[in-house]
Amino acid sequence: MPINIDKEIEGSFQIIGGNFVNAGEASTQLKLLLSKLGVDEEIIRRTAIATFEAEMNVIIYAAAGRMHYHITQQGISIKVDDMGPGIEDIGLAMQEGYSTAPDWVREMGWGAGMGLPNMKKNSDIFKIDSVVGEGTTIEMFINFP
Amino acid sequence: MTLKEIIEILDATVITPLGDEELNMDIRSACSADLMSAVLYYHTPNSLLITGLTQAHVIRTAEIAGIKTIVFVLGKKPDIYSIELAEEKKISLLSTSLCMYTASGRLFQAGLPGCLYK
Ligand SMILES: Nc1ncnc2c1ncn2[C@@H]1O[C@H](COP(=O)(O)OP(=O)(O)OP(=O)(O)O)[C@@H](O)[C@H]1O
Ligand SMILES: [Mg+2]
Repeated sequence: MPINIDKEIEGSFQIIGGNFVNAGEASTQLKLLLSKLGVDEEIIRRTAIATFEAEMNVIIYAAAGRMHYHITQQGISIKVDDMGPGIEDIGLAMQEGYSTAPDWVREMGWGAGMGLPNMKKNSDIFKIDSVVGEGTTIEMFINFP
Repeated sequence: MTLKEIIEILDATVITPLGDEELNMDIRSACSADLMSAVLYYHTPNSLLITGLTQAHVIRTAEIAGIKTIVFVLGKKPDIYSIELAEEKKISLLSTSLCMYTASGRLFQAGLPGCLYK
């Protein structure tokens, strides 16, 4: 089903590190927006999972970050960048099960080491870039059918 | 399996108010986890989440994953903020005194399969 977007839609959310109470708010709002636009349920689900995992990583590992989205007739592109410690070995971080999450994070239900693999699995294009001591940038694109 | 049957099998108490629509909801599979990214790894629409965690981000994880019902094990109950969030998101919450293994085992034995990976 082609969705009807007259003009491209763009927006962004601020994400604050350590703010677990509102964790998921940005992804939930984006999910709501996609529903209103009549986007296919499965596409919404994939987008929501990918953005939620990215949002959680900013909350867990970084001081602050931002999620930017851009919706066109072709699909949705998402960019999540943060001011955080960065990732030393991206290859290792991408492996299923690899996690450096401390115990208190695990007690809250995070640290399976599945976040980055879930983002990759649910997006059609996935890019990650990170500079140690500066931050991490995730770019994802999800095609509309 | 309907939510009503699940409540009976688990001797569960109901945390959020349930109407006929919820009680007759058809639940196709279940997923037991205390790790949220594991939940997000499964294909979970129409699934039940069995968990020992009660924080608000568990409710949000359920919403993101399309899960409509959560059962907390070991008699755990979420705080009022999580309950309100669940009501707002139309997610039903139950609590059972059973442990995760027994709760999962009873449901599996009664014919409710595990979630698929997708
Ligand atoms: N934004 C980030 N800033 C710094 N390090 C990160 C960031 N995102 C991921 N990492 C590093 O990569 C590892 C793997 O991330 P991933 O999201 O796959 O798993 P996790 O967050 O540890 O657990 P899960 O996502 O399953 O709850 C993390 O443990 C962390 O060391
Ligand atoms: Mg993660």
